[in-house]
Amino acid sequence: MDPARFTRIDETTWQIEPTGAMRVPGIIYAEEALIRAMDDKVYEQTANIATLPGIVKACYVMPDAHWGYGFPIGGVAAFDADDGGIVSAGGVGFDVSCGVRTMLTGLKVSDIESVQTSLADSLFSQIPAGLGSKGAITLDPLELVGMLQGGARWAIERGWGEARDLDRIEEGGQVAGAEPDHVSDRAKERQQREMGTLGSGNHYLEVQAVTEVFDKETAKDFGLKQEEVVVTIHCGSRGLGHQIGTEFLREMVTAAAEAGIALPDRELACAPIKSEVGQRYLGAMRAAINCALANREIIGHYARRVFGHFFPDVDLSLLFDVSHNTCNVETHEADGRSRELFVHRKGATRAFGPGHPDLPEALRKTGQPVLIGGSMGTGSYVLAGVATSEKKAFASACHGAGRAMSRHAALRKWSGRQIVDDLAERGILIRCPSARGVAEEAPGAYKDVGAVVLAAEEAGLARRVARLAPLICIKG
Amino acid sequence: MPSVSANPDSQTTIGRGWEHFPHDADVGILGHGATPAEAFEQAALALTGIVTDAEIAPSTRVGVTCEASDIELLLVEWLNAIIYEMAVRSMLFGRFEVKMTGTRLEAIMWGELIDQAKHLPASEPKGATYTALRVAQVSDGLWSAGCVIDV
Repeated sequence: MDPARFTRIDETTWQIEPTGAMRVPGIIYAEEALIRAMDDKVYEQTANIATLPGIVKACYVMPDAHWGYGFPIGGVAAFDADDGGIVSAGGVGFDVSCGVRTMLTGLKVSDIESVQTSLADSLFSQIPAGLGSKGAITLDPLELVGMLQGGARWAIERGWGEARDLDRIEEGGQVAGAEPDHVSDRAKERQQREMGTLGSGNHYLEVQAVTEVFDKETAKDFGLKQEEVVVTIHCGSRGLGHQIGTEFLREMVTAAAEAGIALPDRELACAPIKSEVGQRYLGAMRAAINCALANREIIGHYARRVFGHFFPDVDLSLLFDVSHNTCNVETHEADGRSRELFVHRKGATRAFGPGHPDLPEALRKTGQPVLIGGSMGTGSYVLAGVATSEKKAFASACHGAGRAMSRHAALRKWSGRQIVDDLAERGILIRCPSARGVAEEAPGAYKDVGAVVLAAEEAGLARRVARLAPLICIKG
Repeated sequence: MPSVSANPDSQTTIGRGWEHFPHDADVGILGHGATPAEAFEQAALALTGIVTDAEIAPSTRVGVTCEASDIELLLVEWLNAIIYEMAVRSMLFGRFEVKMTGTRLEAIMWGELIDQAKHLPASEPKGATYTALRVAQVSDGLWSAGCVIDV
């Protein structure tokens, strides 16, 4: 994008002034180089969101933004139900509550080295990954409803997780207001055999080394130590979430028209929060959030089981579990008063700062861990929420590196086999059912995650705590 | 203009074929044909092309019907119907026969169970989006149908 199209507020704040039907400005947080590298569609999509009814303050966009569908990936927008505000299925996305969890192992990198290959093979055989893989769990209709209501708590009650994890999962592992009755039979059918599966695309389970610590005190509080090993899982609500997204997107195209909302892009399909469709979507979407929380808890349990086989004395403890495709009801300051808002984050992470009342006691001092997935070759980051993010973007931060290149272009440029071999030479073991899938996810297809998190820090969205480098990557 | 993917089918019959076009996060698909129904068949092949380059045996036949208020929304319905059948049957489809009456579609598709060793499946399509959604007669005797697929 041409930086000249924006009003530059400061080094990392770029404003799209409201014109035409825009009700509020659009604000992108990024360094100039990242702005230049972004597709013009990010500008267009940001301006489109700013036209939606009931939007509060601005449409915010994170430094890892790229062209999405309806919302840009990296978009944050909050709506007030009392002001005609809307909820948008496109603003949450198909993979409802896609997110990341990081677990601490307490192991040193040197402990892993001697078993790295067998550990990679065991994780790949025990954790179903990729299209066509089968989960070990089949849910009958009653269990499915229990899962949709109970989230990670349900998984723990069934023996696929540990109760101490709940404090370290957003919403305590179980979002309130889930309505399994609002989830269609088709969506439920798609989930019967999918619990405990990773999925494909950019989803993964990685064994990672802490290679750099930026904030010693917070790293210590988070339990992150240089040269120690962590396990990070990235996945979402699988077929159930995809089906809910598909069905409500269709329904909301009609609902928007009936409510007199002029959509600049059909993908922004939405319904007033205070409408039958809006309420039904919220109930179904919350059920999908619980599905994703249960799914990551189960995969975490599988990871614990595999690590327990290699290291019987090791205890994997959860650092945190965050979602980055959601709509949450949160209280924020806007226009000088405290308001209850429906905050959409599409490819953006909630990032509560220190002292936030929704954080568990152990994280109240540090702020919320913000987990940023990079690529399989470059690494990931753990950030912490900062107080300034509340005013900047309703307490939000980036979610990943963001793609710099389409899958199409990546396929033309790289061979999956070559990437696997090159990374193996660097000590990174990739396990994936598809060489083509590896090529599509080539490290070079992503933006420089270091530049993205630095921009997030400089913009006051979150602060860097530690950098993680992959040792093993299981991809779907 | 979208660039044409390495798809032999797109070169075998003049005016008929499919392609993938670039999108930052996901994958754009386009089907071309002499009629909307043919373009829809080719778009379906482009959808399967997101998952695999391997040949798919026509061992099982599945029927699908869908309807929408306009032809573009019908394309999304069609693609989502295939995604649903792929998911619940754990199948991939490699041959499609589409009949369209206005904005109602009846189709038969042939495919087989997904076999990771044979099909080496790459990305899983999550849903068809309304982004870059277009069904149109682009020239005399050529229809195109496409949109971005979330993967």
